[in-house]
Order: sequence, then C-alpha cells, then structure tokens
Amino acid sequence: MPEGGRLAPGRAWGWNLWTRGAALVLALLYALAAGAPFFAPYSAESMDRERFYHPPQALHWRDAAGAFHLRPFVYAMRLADSSEWRYAADRAQPVPLEFWVRGERYAWLPGITSDRHLYGARDTRVYLLGADAFGRDLWSRLLHGARVSLGVGLAGLVISFSFGLALGGLAGYLGGWVDAAVMRLCELLLSLPGLYLVIALRTAFPPSMPSGRAYLMIVVILAVLGWAALARVIRGLVRAQRGLDYVLAAEALGADRARVLVRHILPNTLSFVMVAATVAIPGYILGEVFLSFLGVGVQEPAASWGNMLGQARSLRVLVSFPWLLAAPAGAIFTAVLAFNVLGDGLRDALDPRGRQGGKPR
Amino acid sequence: MRSFLIRRLLQTIPVLLGVSALTFLLMQLAPGDFVTLMGQNPGVNAATLEEMRHRFGLDQPWYWQYLLYLRNLMFHLDLGESLTRHQPVVVVLREALGNTLILASAAAVVTWGLAIPLGVWAAASRGGLTDRVVSLAAAFALAVPELLSGLFLLLLAAHTGWFPVGGMHSAGWDEMGALARAGDLARHLMLPAVVVGAVPLASRLRQMRASMLDVLGLEYVTAARARGVPEQRVLFRHALRNALNPMISMFGLTLGALVSGSFIAEVVFSWPGLGRVTVEALLAEDPYLVMGALLMSTVVLVAGNLTGDLLLRLADPRLRDA
Repeated sequence: MPEGGRLAPGRAWGWNLWTRGAALVLALLYALAAGAPFFAPYSAESMDRERFYHPPQALHWRDAAGAFHLRPFVYAMRLADSSEWRYAADRAQPVPLEFWVRGERYAWLPGITSDRHLYGARDTRVYLLGADAFGRDLWSRLLHGARVSLGVGLAGLVISFSFGLALGGLAGYLGGWVDAAVMRLCELLLSLPGLYLVIALRTAFPPSMPSGRAYLMIVVILAVLGWAALARVIRGLVRAQRGLDYVLAAEALGADRARVLVRHILPNTLSFVMVAATVAIPGYILGEVFLSFLGVGVQEPAASWGNMLGQARSLRVLVSFPWLLAAPAGAIFTAVLAFNVLGDGLRDALDPRGRQGGKPR
Repeated sequence: MRSFLIRRLLQTIPVLLGVSALTFLLMQLAPGDFVTLMGQNPGVNAATLEEMRHRFGLDQPWYWQYLLYLRNLMFHLDLGESLTRHQPVVVVLREALGNTLILASAAAVVTWGLAIPLGVWAAASRGGLTDRVVSLAAAFALAVPELLSGLFLLLLAAHTGWFPVGGMHSAGWDEMGALARAGDLARHLMLPAVVVGAVPLASRLRQMRASMLDVLGLEYVTAARARGVPEQRVLFRHALRNALNPMISMFGLTLGALVSGSFIAEVVFSWPGLGRVTVEALLAEDPYLVMGALLMSTVVLVAGNLTGDLLLRLADPRLRDA
C-alpha cells in the first residue's frame, strides 16, 4: 500500500512531529479546561450590561508614539453606534493588561478558593475574543465551556467503551446465543442513521433540564450510539485470540472464564482500544456540540462550545458579530483536528504497514 | 442472483423490525400518548379522539399496541398524526424526504463528479505536487465538521451575496418559468450540497486514489505501457475500468450516507428536508414526527446499502455467478 494521503504521513512509525504536536495541543486544551477559572478572567455567567457584542481587542506592544512596552496593552473601546452595537477603539486610552490579578472568587475544589486570575485589567473588562449578546467574555466562556465539551468526550468514551469491551468481549469469548444476540443488536444500531437516532433518543428526556442533568443525558445518548461499533471489533479480536495457546494454557490451569477474558484476552486488545478511543472522541465532542447548538443540550447560561456556536445561528448575528462564530468554531476545529491527527499517528505507530483508511462513511 | 437478492432482502427484516420496536419504545417513553395530547386542542372533537384511540389500540395492552402499530405501518403506511402540523406524519415526511433526496442527489454529483477525476489525477502523479495537494486537501476536508463548514459557508454567502442564505426557493418562485426555477434551485442547492458532499468526497477520493494505484501496479498495465500505449489511454481505458470496480459498491453506501449526512446542512441552510423537519418536530415536542423520520431515514439507508450490494454483484462477474 502506498503511504501518504494522511495528514500524519508516518514513515516507519507514526510518533512523528505531527502526532507529537497534536498530543501537545490536546494536553494544553485539557490543562486550560481544568484550570478554566484561573486562566479565564471572568466566570462563564458574568455579564456586562453596557458592552453587548463587544468586539475582540487586539493585544499591542507598541503604542501610538512607537514606543515598545514589555507589558501588552489593549485599546479601550467606546460605543460608537448604540443601535447597531458598533464600537470604535480609543487610541488615546491604552489599557495595560495586569497579570495574577484579583477578580471574582472561585473554588478549585470544594473549600479551596482563590480569587487570582491569569490576567485582567484594572477598572475595566478586557475582551480578547470579544463578547456575546449579554456582554459575557467569549474567552472565559470558551474555557468554562471546554470543561463541558471536552469532558463529555471523556465521559461518553468511558461509558461506551466499558459497554463495548464487556459486551464485545463476552460475545467473542462465549459465542453461541450471547454472540448472536449482541451482534444483532450492534448491527441494528449501526444501520440506523446517527443524527436521526440522536434526536429520537432526545425525545425520551424532558425538553429542558438543569445543566448537570443535561450533561448526563448527552453522555447517555452518545454512549448508546457509540458502544456498538467498538463491541463488534472487540468481538472479532477476542474470537481470534480464543483458540491461541496462551488462552488454552490459562484454561487448562483452571482459570475461570471471567478471569481468562478480563486478565488474559482483553489486555491483548488494549492497543486497538487506545486507537479506537482517540478516533472516537471527536464524535462525542461533536455530539454535544450538535445537541447544544440546537438548544436541546447544555442550556444557557451555562457555557458549552455547542451553545456558544448556537448563538451564531442567527444570520444577523453571524454577519455583524462574526467573532461569535469564530471563537467556538476555532476551539471545536482545533480539538477535533488534534484528535484526528493523534489517532492517525497512533494507528500508524501500531500498524506500521499503514492502512489507507478514510473515515467509513 | 435471485437467491442472493432474496437472502439480502430477508436480512433487512430484523433491522426494520428492530427500528420499529425502538421507535415504539421511545414513543412509550415520551410523556403522554398523542391522542391525549391532541385532546388538549379544543378544535378536535371527542368522536375523532375515540376513533383514533381505537385505531391505535390505546385501550389495549402494549404488545397488542405494538402489533397494531406494525400493522398500520405496513399495510396503511400509517405513522400517526403530527401534533403540530395537524397532518398525517406520512404526508409531512413524504414531502420532506423528496427535498432531502434532491439535496442528497446534488451532493452525490459533487462527490462522484470530483472524487473520480481527482483520485485518478492524484494517483497518476503519485508523490508529485498534485498528489500531495489533493491528499492534504482531502485530509483537511475529513477533519472539518459539517456544522462548522456549513456555518462558515453561510457567513460567506451572507457577506458576498453570491449565494442565497438558506431555504430552497427564492421569493417569486411561483411566477418563474421552468428554466428560471431550475437555476434558482441550483443556486440554493450549491452550498448545502458542498457541505454534505465534502466528507464523502474526501474519503471516496482517497479510495479512488488507492484503488487506481493498486491497478497501476498490475502487470497488464506494465504490459500496455511496454507496448507503447499512450499514457492517457493506459489511465482511462485500461486502468480506470478496473479501478472503478470497488467504487461501485460504495455508490449505494454513499447514497444512504448522503441522506443521513444532509441532516446538518439542512438545519444550517434551512433546507426543508427530513433532518430539518425532525429538529423542528423535536423542538415543537411532536414525537410521532420524530419517530416517523427515524423510520423513514433508516429505510432509505437500508435501501441504499442494498442497492450498493446489488450494483457490486452486477458489476463484478466473479460475484455475479457465485
């Protein structure tokens, strides 16, 4: 098979620059999400009723006189047209950024609170990525939303992979009617059109619910969808291992079947599971984005990448305030692309012959 | 061939039964039955309600209800009434499905019209600049979620005014002649078709490239080249025919995938298709319409896969007689 055609054109093995870059980006994203209250200057809900649709403020190091400042600053903006929410930068009014500033108090863990933020400004608010319809800082919402959107990926993954491993493993190892039943169920789920199924499953829950419950609901819906594909492949891998010497040896030594499956066979599928997990995460992230975008997932005022994107649905908003699209779209694209590249790289690393596989569509 | 067809048709039965059971189950989970919900509308009289209650066996135990549901579905194509549109679900969905099929067909034109020539081109210049650019573009297209590409194209359309910003027809559709209508429809189709077609295009392109490279490595191609057959002729007359073979089964699969893949484009571009109707039904709390859409889209997907298998059989003599 020819190589190339992948974004990560791995040579002998895939742990190359692209893959490492992707892993680094993801580590950074998850670190930002974990430390969201610190890295964000404001909370996700904190509004500014005088600065609706405030545009992004560029960082400057060189002032109007041409002098260089080590401390970056932004120009204050004032409302130029209050009916259209147009702003103009006030060149005479530089606002230096302050670091390690005191701001809103937040809790790292229950009981451990702090009021330090990575950056901020004295007496005014800075909007590095702009503000939304309620004057909420998009950068802050993006970071707080990352906790939801990236977290859903991991939570959905854990649940559907537990199911996939358990059911796929049992089906492959036991065979017989268990195998038949599990596989028919998988085939059914896999032959349904995904998004229609998501919406159909969504009807089983109340139309709106508090964000904690909504989070759980999204995870459940995505897990119902996600386990089948994995179970089918795990079943195939387990079946292939079933007659191998080490399995027969373990059985002959009197290990019971649960032990053989969990301790001996399933660990041998681990490398595949890792790749499958990496490849699957973007699907979960996009599932949350899709539901929240439609307004039936995580609901305002809580932030998620999906409902931030949902704010950019209206054409008027999209045209007049494009940063409402740019901020969440940039975040979603970065995360999805990084997971794709990492997945490709891991696959190459595990299977150096390289397969020319696109996404099955 | 006939036994294959029969076997393949029989295989679809468990899926169809499964999806009908699933929709039935979800409808049971949804709060309230629809006759009660309809009863909240003062315009509906009690006799109609009683008639419907009987038609769907709502006074019977659940397994009887399911059998009735199946019977109504199979013999009368009866999926119940839409609560918000006051029309039978089938009527609403039939029109929506038609619109979705229009979009899916346009996307299929985008997919196949570009995937095959670009795949051949990339394979022919293997390792060269064209190959790299095309392969990188395909990798990029695979990585962009449809929701983002859709919103981005919508923004582009709104800014430039080159394309309509959603919907299916312009105002004044009724007064247009046939030609103007076709042009108008094409303009509305353009962006959603690109959004729907981009991901399948990229993955078909990769397959086409790989398939073409496989064939170009075979001895008969080397033999043709050694005999001095011009390269164009080797590519298009000798290699392409065999390289297309594995793509044929993808055709049916892609058609099904395009129908379910048009969901997001329909929502973003307000295309009045099955996906948009489903979302509207969810937001308006009209569960019967949602379930009907799930059933109908599943049938289309299954039919697409079936067509794919059949086409492959017809195209490949090794399988035809098996």
